[in-house]
Amino acid sequence: MSFIEIDGVDLVYKGSGAARGNGGTLALAGAELRIEKGEFASIVGPSGCGKSTLVKLISGLVQPSRGAVRAAGKAVTRPLKEVGVAFQNPSLLPWRNIRDNVLLPLEIVEPHRGRFRRERAANRDRVERLLASVGLGEFGGRMPWQLSGGMQQRAQLCRALIHEPAILLLDEPFASLDTFTREELWDVLQALWTERKCTVILVTHELREAVYLSDTVHVMSARPGRVVASRKISLPRPRALAATFRSEFVDLVHELRDHVGRSKAA
Amino acid sequence: MSGRWLLRLAPWLTTAALLLIWWLFVRLFAIESYVLPSPIEAFAAIYTYFGPLLASALDTLYTTLAGFAISVAIGLSLGIVIGSSRLAYAALYPVLVAFNSVPKAALVPILVIWFGVGALPAVITACVLSFFPIVVNVATGFATIEPELMDVLRALGATRIDMTMKVGIPRSLPYFFASLKIAITLSFVGSVIAEIVAGNNGIGHVMLVASSQFNVPLVFAALIVVGIMGSGMYAAFAFVERHFTSWSVRGMDYATGG
Repeated sequence: MSFIEIDGVDLVYKGSGAARGNGGTLALAGAELRIEKGEFASIVGPSGCGKSTLVKLISGLVQPSRGAVRAAGKAVTRPLKEVGVAFQNPSLLPWRNIRDNVLLPLEIVEPHRGRFRRERAANRDRVERLLASVGLGEFGGRMPWQLSGGMQQRAQLCRALIHEPAILLLDEPFASLDTFTREELWDVLQALWTERKCTVILVTHELREAVYLSDTVHVMSARPGRVVASRKISLPRPRALAATFRSEFVDLVHELRDHVGRSKAA
Repeated sequence: MSGRWLLRLAPWLTTAALLLIWWLFVRLFAIESYVLPSPIEAFAAIYTYFGPLLASALDTLYTTLAGFAISVAIGLSLGIVIGSSRLAYAALYPVLVAFNSVPKAALVPILVIWFGVGALPAVITACVLSFFPIVVNVATGFATIEPELMDVLRALGATRIDMTMKVGIPRSLPYFFASLKIAITLSFVGSVIAEIVAGNNGIGHVMLVASSQFNVPLVFAALIVVGIMGSGMYAAFAFVERHFTSWSVRGMDYATGG
């Protein structure tokens, strides 16, 4: 049994207007996915194929119309405390400084919630250490708007990880960043994952990003989405940016590009 | 003179300019003091009647603040309910708009029938006149929360109360404080109207008595006192606002708009 299992999942969005008239938009149809504990998995595919929907399913933010979603052997029927999520938009709370933004999950998720006040000092240390590990050591007291987009995303990664979740869900977290910042953050993420060994599911449309970071890349078809191909990436770790110019890396990216191209046509 | 000092002085300069225009107007057209007294006569009246004016002003201030406090409690809770539930919005908003369209001066006689002459009708008038902007603003603050912020909390398994406390209320504070500045001035309007129509003390009552005696300078003195109290409270709430919601104005060093 795999750590995360998605079995024959259909998902219909009952939107408004025209979509409601014809019974809603079918976002996923017969989606199947297996992810092992501690694995770094990426999901790629054409835009609008339901990649983000898959993340929402695993995080428990939406429920499948048909089929089952299981994580750690349990059916996902509501948001799980073992999950940390980061989105494309940093969505930091603008009235809190970076430190207090990162602390947010500890105020909400048990068992941290119950002892939040007692362990204020310990929590603070924890946040400072985590911030330092992503290069934000001196920025805990700053407000979100004082930070660049890349720094805000680093802070968001910290927020997703502070309660030490077993599963980290990343929904295109680097999509709105420039190439240099993005590649910097690949290494930040790789280091965090190597250290914590949590299960990561990264949704992206950047094939280089998927190959660089993942153990497995899953390719989705156009809407209604389902997984049409899964490719193991067995490049040695830790990976460095120089490796992205080697032929085996470039070949993998091309192979995936073909898959995505075919899935678009299908 | 630096721009900073000019900013500080600007409100005083406009006030002085208006008083000067008022004075010139009265002098040039030789207007009688029982029609329009000059500002000098008005301020002389403040000096002459300082004791009674101060006592009445304090009466009005207490009445206003009592009405305002109730209005904040009602406005905040109604605003949160309306802003976070579409059903509550549909059910309550039209009624509130209809209620707000009723001229409140017309309510005072009814309140007097119910509660008698005195402070209570004035407190209630101050309250009903001022809670509407608070409701609308708080509701707007809640209704315009970015869904992404809510998703962050929902993904952590936050309860509805968590989301209200951690996102809803802090996010709505700038809207709330902006509405307080409007509401406090409306509260003054409410209590003074009630005092004029059916009061036996307060600054409105002073105005009623003074105008019945054709002591027009005293009427204007009372108006000036109300204006000073209103802008004083406005400044106080602007200060509180700046303290609590500095995140929403970022680098700007003023926050008195709105």
